[in-house]
Amino acid sequence: MRGLKRRQWFYIITFAFLGLIYVTRLFFMQVLDEDYKAFAEDNYLHKEIQFPARGLMYDRNGKLLVYNDATFDLMVVPKKVKPFDTLTFCKLLGIDTAGFKSRMLKAQKTPQRPSVFEKQISQRTFALFQERLFDFPGFYAELRTDRRYRTQSAAHVLGSIGEVTNKDIDASEGYYRQGEYMGKSGIEKSYEDILRGTKGVKKIIVDVHNRTVGTYAEGIYDTMAIAGTSVYTTLDADLQAYGESLINGKVGSIVAIEPSTGEVLALVSSPAYDPNLLIGRERGNNYMELLRDPMKPLFNRPLNAPYPPGSIFKAIEALVAQQEGVLRPETQYHCGGGYRVGSHTVKCSHGHVSPLPLRPALMHSCNPYFCYVFRSIVDQKKFKTFEEAYQNWYRHMQSFGIGTKLGIDLYGEAKGILKTSDYYNKVYGKGSWKGSTIISLSIGQGELGVTPLQMANVMAIIANRGFFITPHVLKYIGKKGGETRDFEKKRCSVDSIYFPVVVEGLADVVKSGTARVAQIDSVEVCGKTGTAQNPHGKDHSIFMAFAPKDNPKIAIAVVVENSGYGSTWAAPIASLMMERYLFPERVIKRKALEERMLNTNLINPSTSGNGVQSSH
Amino acid sequence: MAYNPRTKEAFESGGLDWLTIFLFLGMVLFGWLAIFSAVYDPEFPNIFDTRLNSGRQLIFIGIAAFIGLILLVIDAKFYSAFGYVFYAVGVILCISVIFIGAETKGAKAWFALGSFKFQPVEIAKYGTALALSKYLSSYEVSFKEWKTKLISIGIVVLPMLVVLLQNDTGSAMVFLAFFMVLYREGLPSFLIVMVIMAIVLFVMTLLVDKFLLAYILAAIGALFVFILRSNRTAILIVIAAAVLAIGYVFSVEYVYNDVLQPHQRGRIDVLLGKGGDDWNIRQSKIAIGSGGFFGQGYLDGTQTKYDFVPEQSTDFIFCTIGEEFGFVGSAGVVLGFVFLMIRLVIIAERQKNKFSRIYAYSVACIFFIHFTINIGMTIGLVPVIGIPLPFFSYGGSSLIGFTILLFTLLKLDANRVNEIQSLND
Repeated sequence: MRGLKRRQWFYIITFAFLGLIYVTRLFFMQVLDEDYKAFAEDNYLHKEIQFPARGLMYDRNGKLLVYNDATFDLMVVPKKVKPFDTLTFCKLLGIDTAGFKSRMLKAQKTPQRPSVFEKQISQRTFALFQERLFDFPGFYAELRTDRRYRTQSAAHVLGSIGEVTNKDIDASEGYYRQGEYMGKSGIEKSYEDILRGTKGVKKIIVDVHNRTVGTYAEGIYDTMAIAGTSVYTTLDADLQAYGESLINGKVGSIVAIEPSTGEVLALVSSPAYDPNLLIGRERGNNYMELLRDPMKPLFNRPLNAPYPPGSIFKAIEALVAQQEGVLRPETQYHCGGGYRVGSHTVKCSHGHVSPLPLRPALMHSCNPYFCYVFRSIVDQKKFKTFEEAYQNWYRHMQSFGIGTKLGIDLYGEAKGILKTSDYYNKVYGKGSWKGSTIISLSIGQGELGVTPLQMANVMAIIANRGFFITPHVLKYIGKKGGETRDFEKKRCSVDSIYFPVVVEGLADVVKSGTARVAQIDSVEVCGKTGTAQNPHGKDHSIFMAFAPKDNPKIAIAVVVENSGYGSTWAAPIASLMMERYLFPERVIKRKALEERMLNTNLINPSTSGNGVQSSH
Repeated sequence: MAYNPRTKEAFESGGLDWLTIFLFLGMVLFGWLAIFSAVYDPEFPNIFDTRLNSGRQLIFIGIAAFIGLILLVIDAKFYSAFGYVFYAVGVILCISVIFIGAETKGAKAWFALGSFKFQPVEIAKYGTALALSKYLSSYEVSFKEWKTKLISIGIVVLPMLVVLLQNDTGSAMVFLAFFMVLYREGLPSFLIVMVIMAIVLFVMTLLVDKFLLAYILAAIGALFVFILRSNRTAILIVIAAAVLAIGYVFSVEYVYNDVLQPHQRGRIDVLLGKGGDDWNIRQSKIAIGSGGFFGQGYLDGTQTKYDFVPEQSTDFIFCTIGEEFGFVGSAGVVLGFVFLMIRLVIIAERQKNKFSRIYAYSVACIFFIHFTINIGMTIGLVPVIGIPLPFFSYGGSSLIGFTILLFTLLKLDANRVNEIQSLND
């Protein structure tokens, strides 16, 4: 039976074939596939993050605003926990037994491994707890830092830090990990890269039970944490706090800029909130409460709330018309009590001589005068179509920062409202709208919205006679007088030779016009009130100004919502702010005015000292 | 000392297969080094320390070598003469362990006397190999008869069922080796084809929708019926085969869901990439895969050192070799086994009597099953089945068991010159 003997080849071939399969498989796993090495490293190398202290924040004069304080994260290794007095434990920590159970259950998911039991325990709470820590085996504390604010003001500018979200982690391409903190708003967010510092990494070897076995390669690959760099903001902390107290009890904004540098001196949003609310364990609860507040304290009004600018817009019209060659300082128009558009008349409310040239027209805020000026700009013969003329005007406006984001170094800046010709084409039909259709733009009403930041910036442009530096809140990085970032200088479309007459007009407004209340002893102030019509309620009180007239040091815009004339609320606040900034040592003589600003509550009139009638 | 010509004969070169002995020694020593690495602890840096598995394994190696030497000295006739006795003792011990054994990992497969532990299945394997060889080599027995075939299968199935009752599925599977042996003795070829088909269909059924698979089988059957349409007998066979195959496909699910235990199902699921807890096998593959070409170096494998690999010194010893000696070491071990098994086939074929030949094939096939399942499991090609890698895995029972299997064969082989040609094939 030779046949059966041949069957030995079945065995030999089977053995050899299987050996070949296994050797091939091994070749793929060990030689071709590099992933297994990384998996092995993930297994036994744990990267322990060393957290750096965050950079501090100072105001422009070197006053400390934001610093760090030690807090403790209570860690637990469930496997090492032995029975203990949970009641005492909970009492010391300020939690209830249900909270204890749910935290413990969460930690049980990785019984061999340390989990955070409770975060950000304050030093005071921890001091009591620490004395008993030895009674609670399996628990230990890790030192962390948390933000503390040395001021109750400037919450919107300074911002706050919070735990990273999954979205943040994805966006950071792996820099942040679950449970870490990052800037969530304000400077904390926009200068996160400077403030956060550099995390250190300690590589430790762990075994299968996650027990530390030793350091990796004697620590030669470990890196130390490098503390974050401090930041000096352009804010004047005293001015900021003063502004907040003046506008307290009213809804509105104050923006003050140093015109020559674009540095933001004060950025007030009212109602404000205490930045100390958004730290530590209570951050989440307090944040939700602020979010639910009908007064919207989290809303950053100076950057986000657009208002019709009102009469202030006339100054810009005067500049643009001169640049276009359709207006000269001596150009006169008849007021005649109103400018007629069809059946509607734009009235002039101020008694003055008529006809009148530009400077008194600015001082008296003559509505018809500026209707004529606006028409002269947009009805020029050199443009083939009205649309073309409008777009020309539109570009002028943009060069003043209206309808554009200025690019301030804070998140969430709004563009405001400035419509393109496309918008009017859509609403009225192409070719069927003209100067008379959009005439209300000439006096700063209609489809126009300017944020307080943009208003202050317009004042900075006029103060600078034709340019502005992108407004910003970063002064120095690292140390006082240290490096900073470049902030772009932009020219507006109007040449500087056309500015003096407008500046004089604005000076007249304060000297002998509608804003006499804004006068400051020994300084010439230029300003313009605005009373923006508000279809939803009482008019918004607006005032913008700069001072001194020559070599200006401060440009300011103040908006107080639903409070009436610009001269009633906005102008006094702006004036007091400027005086405080220009003469920090001076004792304010206008005590009555100051008192009235400080003590009037327009939001909740019953709490205010000298009751102002609330409008129904 | 009395002169014994047979003993003298056994130690003459050409009598004893030194190649196999060297392979045996190489594997045992390599295994010993790997065990030391698997249990390495800087606090116990001595490989001879008997508190360590490596120290104890050295004792086992000594005992095994001693037993091996004795086996070479014993008269070759002893093995066939006492074949049935070994078989009976093995089966009885395997039955009694079910009642008086110590339970380890759900199986009652170990006798425990204090710290001394012993697995009777090793005796049953040896006894079955001897008994099967003895039965089939008897003069009055011809494998062509159905009765012989059935008795042979019975000899194998009895201990296999007993071991299954111990709940030691892995060891029971080793007895499949004897069916491989029977093929050499004349089991029809179509059975081999059927076994391969059965394995393929089993896997396919778990991966593909069973109705789709049934349609495909029916279509293949129809195709063959069309091709063989002139031959009526062939058509009947094809139809019968197709019906059988489709019936099998539908019974697989029953076996899978109702016969297999959950952990066994899980291991198959892991292998087929259908989820399940793959932690162990993943760690095993990481260990081997991270070895690279030359390995991470002896005692330097991080998976091994920090205990990520389960059962490191026993069933997963191949991981340590793969991690620390890389492709060079692990492929070397695979080739070593292939070489050894082919060597055993060559030895088998040069035997003059049937007993020695069948016994030799039994040894080769037992090694083959252990090798295939153990290494296949560590590299993720076979479900996790806990059986040791011969000569490498830590453990006295298995090392001594494999040594006895191999050295008995060496003795039989050395004695072949004294045998009268009793083979008609």
